[in-house]
Amino acid sequence: MPLLEAAGIVKVFGKLTALDGAALTVGENEFHGLIGPNGSGKSTLMKCIAGAEMPTQGKVSFINSDITMLSPHVRARAGMSLKFQITSVLPTLTLYDNVLLALQARASLFDLVFSRTRGALHEQVITMLRQFRLADCAHDAAATLSHGQQQWLEIAMALAGKPRLLLLDEPTGGMSIEERRVTGELLRPVKRHCSLVIVEHDLDFIRDICDRLTVLDQGRVLASGTVPEIQASKSVQEIYLRRA
Amino acid sequence: MGAAKQVVHADPGDGPDVAMAETRSTGGAAAEPSILLIVEGGVLLAALVLPLVLQDYLTVFATRVLILALFALSFDLVWGYAGIMSFGQALFFGCAGYGVALLARDLDITSIFLVLPAGTLIGLAVSLMLGGFLLLGRHQSSVIFVALGTLTGSYAADRLARGWYYLGGQNGIPSIPPMTLGSYDITEGPVYYYLALGILVVVYLLCRFLVRSQFGLALAGLRENEQRIAFFGYKTQHLKAIVFAVGGAIAGLAGSLYAYHEGFVWPSMLGVVLSTQVVLYVLFGGSGTLIGAVIGTLIIEGVSFWLSDNYRDVWPIILGVLLLLVILFRPLGLISFVVGERERVGSFGAKAKEKHNAAS
Repeated sequence: MPLLEAAGIVKVFGKLTALDGAALTVGENEFHGLIGPNGSGKSTLMKCIAGAEMPTQGKVSFINSDITMLSPHVRARAGMSLKFQITSVLPTLTLYDNVLLALQARASLFDLVFSRTRGALHEQVITMLRQFRLADCAHDAAATLSHGQQQWLEIAMALAGKPRLLLLDEPTGGMSIEERRVTGELLRPVKRHCSLVIVEHDLDFIRDICDRLTVLDQGRVLASGTVPEIQASKSVQEIYLRRA
Repeated sequence: MGAAKQVVHADPGDGPDVAMAETRSTGGAAAEPSILLIVEGGVLLAALVLPLVLQDYLTVFATRVLILALFALSFDLVWGYAGIMSFGQALFFGCAGYGVALLARDLDITSIFLVLPAGTLIGLAVSLMLGGFLLLGRHQSSVIFVALGTLTGSYAADRLARGWYYLGGQNGIPSIPPMTLGSYDITEGPVYYYLALGILVVVYLLCRFLVRSQFGLALAGLRENEQRIAFFGYKTQHLKAIVFAVGGAIAGLAGSLYAYHEGFVWPSMLGVVLSTQVVLYVLFGGSGTLIGAVIGTLIIEGVSFWLSDNYRDVWPIILGVLLLLVILFRPLGLISFVVGERERVGSFGAKAKEKHNAAS
């Protein structure tokens, strides 16, 4: 049974059909790349899976249950996590507090008010920050970070709740080549406990890190398969050549 | 709780580089929080000695200001910390005022042990109802929606009170008897002043505890980016409704104190003007600091009192210009002259442990 199965997803905004029967299947511990030309519906599909948008039609199953219409916080509590395309770390809070905020999300109201998990989570916060090479500036405001560091912080936050599935919308957007390489390095160990769906324009990065790819074009799935299969696919080459 | 028990997968820690990280930033972090503390201490000290140096009629005025500061605290909690623009905070203040006035008029209940809890509960109940309606819808409610909803509530209540004979119509409910503690009457003057001050201090400390807890961190997230933290798994609408209700309860407590202090209640206590006034107090003093709300109230009320005495004709203009200047050039309020952004937001980490790590 796959971890995530989205089938027949249709999303209509007014007159625009952003998704027209798109599908995505992700297995356990699989890194799955979602690629396609601009406007092919990648981000919209991610949002429908995460619950930021509700699909007009179709069904999303996650760990064997139908989550199509559930609200984001219920999905998060079921083990799904999302990094937005636009970095949305909380700029005025310290890095430490950003991660703590993500870690304590499922604590009860009582625990929050009386700060009962503050001490227990300290080690986890530091471990997360160290893992993402941010421990040096743990007590600086997140706004002071470079763009690349903010992306890492955001990935750290998205991973904080130990999700089973992480949705990454353009994790390397705006990064230097060196930062991209480090991002790949940071993400690889995640595979042991978490599946990944990555939307990304950098095809080298995708090829490097993903097991399987799904190619979207005009809201539909053009092809889906392992990286070598997709690379060999005529139709995929065609759309990339056509747009280029 | 689940999150606390889970173990993070990455390699287990070796201390040194964490310790280095802590030491680097402790310099700034440790020196700063004292400013806020000094301001708080200074205000408290001034408030404690004030009745000793003031004439009696001024003590009565100062009591009124303290009660309004308590009211302002409720708005700061709701807006400054949770980012809920409540433009109808007077609704809870006034409802509680009318409630305790009716208890006194119709049921002869004036005991402080019944009056103040009753006022608080009325504020809580009304804000829960309004908050449930405005904040717990299917979708996240926008700031504008909440602002207009609360404003309308306040306006409607004002009109309702004016037209309702049972509530005394335009005249309100006059001659509320003094609040009683056993057989002792708590009348206006130093006794009422210290009662109000004591309640203000207790509520202030409770608010401070709340906003610096992990719950406070969740509120900071809520204020900065509500959608983002929903994706972490926070029930953002519940969080908002809870803070809104706590704010309503505090406003209710303030309203019942105010009603007994003035000895009567009138429709404007529910209305838009008072609702706006409390927004000004907080914006002027500096939202999101608690003490800013108190300082804003003290200064605006103090200055209007002084101006109305000395510049009878032009004082509303002077006051208006003053308010505009501060809000235009100091959007974070007067408190931002002494308290920096970093200290205002604060940090929520495990303090004791960090120090321990840094020392080792």
